[in-house]
Amino acid sequence: MSTRAVNAVRDAFRRMAEVDAGPSGLNCILWSDEPYALADAAAVDALPSAGVLAGIPFVAKDNIATTHLQTTCGSRILEGYVSPYEATVITRLRDAGAVLVGKTNCDEFAMGSSNENSAYGPVLNPIRRSRVPGGSSGGSAASVAAGIVRIALGSETGGSVRQPASYCGIVGVKPTYGRVSRFGLVAFASSLDQVGVFGTTVSDAALALEVIAGRDARDATSADRPVDSYRAAATKDLAGVVIGRPREYFPATLDPSILRLCDRALDALRARGATVRDVSLPHTDLAIPVYYIIAPAEASSNLARFDGVRYGLRIDAKGLREMYDATRTRGFGAEVTRRILLGTYVLSAGYYDAYYRKAQQVRTLIAKDFRDVFDSGVHLLFTPTTPTTAFEFGAKSDPYEMYLNDIFTATANLAGVPAISVPIGDVDGLPAGGQLIARHFDEQTMFRGAFALEAARAESQ
Amino acid sequence: MAIGPDDVRHIAALARLAVPESRIPALVSQLNGILSHMDALARVDTSAVTGAAGVGGESMPLRADIGPPIPLEHPLASFAPQLRDGFLLVPRLATHEDSGDDELSE
Repeated sequence: MSTRAVNAVRDAFRRMAEVDAGPSGLNCILWSDEPYALADAAAVDALPSAGVLAGIPFVAKDNIATTHLQTTCGSRILEGYVSPYEATVITRLRDAGAVLVGKTNCDEFAMGSSNENSAYGPVLNPIRRSRVPGGSSGGSAASVAAGIVRIALGSETGGSVRQPASYCGIVGVKPTYGRVSRFGLVAFASSLDQVGVFGTTVSDAALALEVIAGRDARDATSADRPVDSYRAAATKDLAGVVIGRPREYFPATLDPSILRLCDRALDALRARGATVRDVSLPHTDLAIPVYYIIAPAEASSNLARFDGVRYGLRIDAKGLREMYDATRTRGFGAEVTRRILLGTYVLSAGYYDAYYRKAQQVRTLIAKDFRDVFDSGVHLLFTPTTPTTAFEFGAKSDPYEMYLNDIFTATANLAGVPAISVPIGDVDGLPAGGQLIARHFDEQTMFRGAFALEAARAESQ
Repeated sequence: MAIGPDDVRHIAALARLAVPESRIPALVSQLNGILSHMDALARVDTSAVTGAAGVGGESMPLRADIGPPIPLEHPLASFAPQLRDGFLLVPRLATHEDSGDDELSE
């Protein structure tokens, strides 16, 4: 009998012990159970035929429901909560032979860009531990970058997979809205949320997405579209592909080192046959104001369910209303509280039209920007993933300054289009990512560009 | 549209959050700081734009109003804070005439 899966899981736990445990560890894994994972792996080894991910260990962000390990969303309000059902994405990976080895640390309820908002302490960036790993899926990104696993699940609402992928020097994918089931993903902002994948390579990410993508009867927003073989895109060059360079993503204030890496990446894409064209997405500068109205508004509604009645933390109080207030006040951290208040305000009587309705209208314009560019014959857009490389812990104390980290990524969530971050080089030893954005459900072309970027970088090293 | 301390108290009550008085000034400042950036939206002409709740690649599909069963691996009792005879227990509303300090209602 094969011992491939058991050996791979043992290796993952060995690496976890080396880099994650103790006061100087990365703090990327919140919950794990080695004997349970080894038993899972032994069951995979015993199967007569291997799935496409047979024996490959993976980790999942702690806002994705699992039936053995806790699902806390990085929050005290769900400490100790074990879901009674499993997320579809976990089931699909396990059915393909992958073995879950841990749940990863994240900003509380996926609200953050640095992983500093977790109730369980920040995750350190494996590339340089004085820097943030990005967020909110920082634990998943760090787990891949540190070599614990090759693939990891995260979730995206405004860039929470692509931004940490860029900061940690790995590949991160946000699929088209509807491409992947959200069943079992704890809701933050339902019109924006999507499960995403991390990989050490484009091929790893492509394989993981192939497995989890596709219609799920348990999520009415999952699309009934065929899922291509994304790995097949690796064999093609970029002849005939038109790549747009949106000028709004290359402002005069962009870090010159990031600009140089982007120019080099675009040269590499040209060298593989692509045509590069300057384009405009004129409403880009409005994406952050729109995002920080819509996402908190949806969050204020979604997080209303955490009140101490059905699950999680309960702070006893004299009456029901007092119990709600005490539980939620003690259970939620500062950033989640701030966003719930913001969302409640923009939805409240007298302010709804000025904020929420207006944001929905501008969101429509942002989506139209993408549609117009793609309708003009552009197949892909290339941008930096983030304006800078990973920053120091504590460097951004102003909430809005932190929100601006999402400036190049939130647009894809607002428009619902797929996007990928691929490493394009280093600045003073810290990785930087380039982002490729494609038309709705055209992950195939997105991966084609990503494979080309990755190959070009490998050749230049 | 600047937010004041009473606005924060009001939305905190709507959101079922007991924000301590000591945190109100900081929240007033932070929320006003964030909302000042939202003023940019007012300058965009959206008179001809219909707002969309979502902008996915396709419209929301309809399905029969019966979902597939969700297999539960753990019973409700394993994660509910308090349960009796299959019902969730919560404190009585303070407005109930017969509410007592230690009473729980189903």
